[in-house]
Amino acid sequence: MKRCIVFLCALLPTTLLAAGDTTVIRNATVLTVTKGTFQGSILIRDGKIVEAGEKVLVPDGARVIDAGGQYVMPGIIDCHSHIAADSINEGAVAVSSMVGIEDVLNPDDPDIYRALAGGVTTANILHGSANPIGGKCQVIKTRWGKDAQGLIFEGAMPGIKFALGENVKRSGSPGGGFGASPGLRYPASRMGVEDVIREAFTEARAYQKEWRDYQAKLDRHEQAVPPRRDLKLEPLVEVLEGKRYVHAHCYRADEIMMLLHVADDFGFKIRTLQHVLEGYKVADEIAARGTGASTFSDWWAYKAEAFDAIPYNTALMVRKGVLVSVNSDSAELMRHLNTEAAKAMKYGGLNETEALSLVTINPAKQLGIEKQVGSIEPGKDADLTIYDQHPLSNYAKVTKVFIDGQLYFDRDKDLEERPGKEARKKALLDKLKAQDKKERKKPDAANDKDDKKGEEPGGGE
Amino acid sequence: MKHVTTMLLAAASFLYAQAPGPIALRGARVVTVSGPVLEKGTVLLRNGLIEAVGENIDLPKDAWVVEGQGLTIYPGLIDALSTVGLPETPATSAAPRAETPATPSRFGGGDLPVPVEQGPEFRPFTTTWVRAADLVNPADRRIEETRSAGFASVVTFPSTGIFAGEGAFLNLSGEKQGRMVVASPVGQYVTLTTHSFGTYPGSLMGVIAYIRQVSFDADHYQLALAAYASHPAGQKRPNYDRAVEGLLESPRMLLPADDAKQLDRMIRFAAELKRPAVLYGGHQAYKVPDLIAKSGVPLLVSLKWPEKPKDADPDDEESYRTLELRDRAPSTPAALEKAGAHFAFYAGGTAPKDMRKALKRAVDAGLSEAGAVRALTLTPAEIYGVADRVGSIAPGKIANLLVVKGSLFDEKAKIQSIYIDGVKYEPVAETPPSGDREGRPAPGGVE
Repeated sequence: MKRCIVFLCALLPTTLLAAGDTTVIRNATVLTVTKGTFQGSILIRDGKIVEAGEKVLVPDGARVIDAGGQYVMPGIIDCHSHIAADSINEGAVAVSSMVGIEDVLNPDDPDIYRALAGGVTTANILHGSANPIGGKCQVIKTRWGKDAQGLIFEGAMPGIKFALGENVKRSGSPGGGFGASPGLRYPASRMGVEDVIREAFTEARAYQKEWRDYQAKLDRHEQAVPPRRDLKLEPLVEVLEGKRYVHAHCYRADEIMMLLHVADDFGFKIRTLQHVLEGYKVADEIAARGTGASTFSDWWAYKAEAFDAIPYNTALMVRKGVLVSVNSDSAELMRHLNTEAAKAMKYGGLNETEALSLVTINPAKQLGIEKQVGSIEPGKDADLTIYDQHPLSNYAKVTKVFIDGQLYFDRDKDLEERPGKEARKKALLDKLKAQDKKERKKPDAANDKDDKKGEEPGGGE
Repeated sequence: MKHVTTMLLAAASFLYAQAPGPIALRGARVVTVSGPVLEKGTVLLRNGLIEAVGENIDLPKDAWVVEGQGLTIYPGLIDALSTVGLPETPATSAAPRAETPATPSRFGGGDLPVPVEQGPEFRPFTTTWVRAADLVNPADRRIEETRSAGFASVVTFPSTGIFAGEGAFLNLSGEKQGRMVVASPVGQYVTLTTHSFGTYPGSLMGVIAYIRQVSFDADHYQLALAAYASHPAGQKRPNYDRAVEGLLESPRMLLPADDAKQLDRMIRFAAELKRPAVLYGGHQAYKVPDLIAKSGVPLLVSLKWPEKPKDADPDDEESYRTLELRDRAPSTPAALEKAGAHFAFYAGGTAPKDMRKALKRAVDAGLSEAGAVRALTLTPAEIYGVADRVGSIAPGKIANLLVVKGSLFDEKAKIQSIYIDGVKYEPVAETPPSGDREGRPAPGGVE
């Protein structure tokens, strides 16, 4: 209540009303990604960017953050991550589209905070690559401290993971490959991978027809029992109907073409090819279908199918007109995607804006969220990362991160709080140790009335 | 032979006698739970039921009067989630049926390998139809131990698999199976157990998706059966599915949830499936008591408070989260009580003799004594829909009583007797090492 009054007082005498929650970041170098770079300010209200420009009026009552000498860019978007989930792979079935990351989001995963500290505000959390058709993905914002529902990126297009090649056919596993021991899960070859995908979509079409027939009966006012809901086929029908994006793990050019042809045959789109290390070999074919590519900056030869990877992949695909992003696939790489993007300037000569696009507006487009995030423009979510130096520099450190206009990471605050956290932990440790000791001393003394929490709990065996 | 001997020993080791007529426990402190505490109350039992309770009740001439000076009478305690009374080997193997053949032949001839891949339609780790009530073993040695700790009843469940089976509300009278069952089925015990990577479902999200599919299948099954029953002629017959039959006859699902994120996850899951649910575990509920209260979903809190692993590496530094959980878990019941959440206790592997100690930790952390008693009596009875029969000392209810020489919360106060269905049992002073001799995990473990 008191806060309300103070707030109202602040509002009354002004002509320019700072309605709602208002923040201004000023004196910064603003890298908008889509609208150029300038020295100026960003006005944020109720979680949205209201204005960004060289001259922005600061409304009275607004919280002002002076970012003199610092750089503001859109929050980084990672198109391929496996953080913040309690499970990643459902591996026993070749088609695991019935499972979804949303069911197992883990808001307590410290990797969320670490990603945030690396400037990441949005991430596509994918199922693993154990099966030709994997589970459903979940796009999240790194809203550290919120519950599972609070992580979800509202309005993001639903996605699903596909995977091709060695992981799927189990080349490295005991019992994998040709002539494998019994118990091997089908498929064991690249041919088998294609077959699994074709079979699944054939099934999905039949399932789609079942529901259409049912709907037609209802439309004719006939009595009908609805078909059984099949959680494996529902997401595939959504893919066929363009309501769910396919993010496909792949490496080799031949398997990339295979998948593009299968999708052509069934009339759906592959939204992104993930990893796509040989994408540069078939960039024209990828571009022609409007398919995106989300790749590593310079990671190769870690397995046979990654031997033809080159660090020029990103730039070559960009030049061929492919929508390209650079992703992490790793909780560690995720913390410095800005420098991962910068590598495409060294290898292939992308300019600064093109490099920044690889981790901002491009992945936003690939995830169908470019209207909300990915650049600094009025109307978009105020998801912003402030660096102390140019983000494409190795020396740049994240100082502050905003999501929906709220400060979620502050480097100074983090450093300040560390001694207090250490002390709290030590105090707790000492308390529990003292209790343990007390408990051990009195196995025969039954009188523990005053002992608050000293007893050995449980007992068990 | 061994079993017979055990049974004889069990019968001999405690004294019980069935009074021929009514029994009156007179002049004791009576904690009725559903009504006020009577400082000098009398409880009249007849034919295994509570006939009357009050401060001034007329006793029938033939009543066998027990003077209750210095005694406190509580409703018989209820362990809200247990395996006590069930045989120690599961009745049915819940593993998927497909086995890998011994010798496959690669090029023609011989048996073809059976594919290991098993989707939800194979109903892996599912025995929804197994009923605890059908498996009760009155000779289970744990019955006596549990009863000696003041428990008149347990809610016992098959515990193997994802859908383990249907629970029963049992009176620990240890005589005839049919006498012990108070209500059945009272719920379906569900775990989120994952198996190997190569077995479906092999991940947490796989188990959740599987439960969802079975639940949807059950909804569809009802529609299909009803449609068929309305005019069978000319219609394709729906397949009989014992897995969904078992789920459909269970009045509620028990879902595991220990930490805050799991509680949140399972509350939302239960709402999505539109099935009544009860959560079990709950140690970190001190973080989200309002969430639980608001959801209206009852929570069974394990009395097996987290402790430091006995064989932990002394050099390993535990995380702040682990330490905090160990410190604060016993404050969960107090937080739930304050928020107005519906919660009950279960042993969760706590040895019967240590139950009062574990309970005391919750009281020391702020839970009221009345709240503690309620969470062991009337609340579990309400959760399982049997509060019209058990859970408090009220006329007409089953005569399940716990008689303590002093207060239940004074650890030195001895349990004088336990009445179950009006039959008096005396606690056995020395109990053999408790727990499951076969090393079966205690029920209610979460993930």
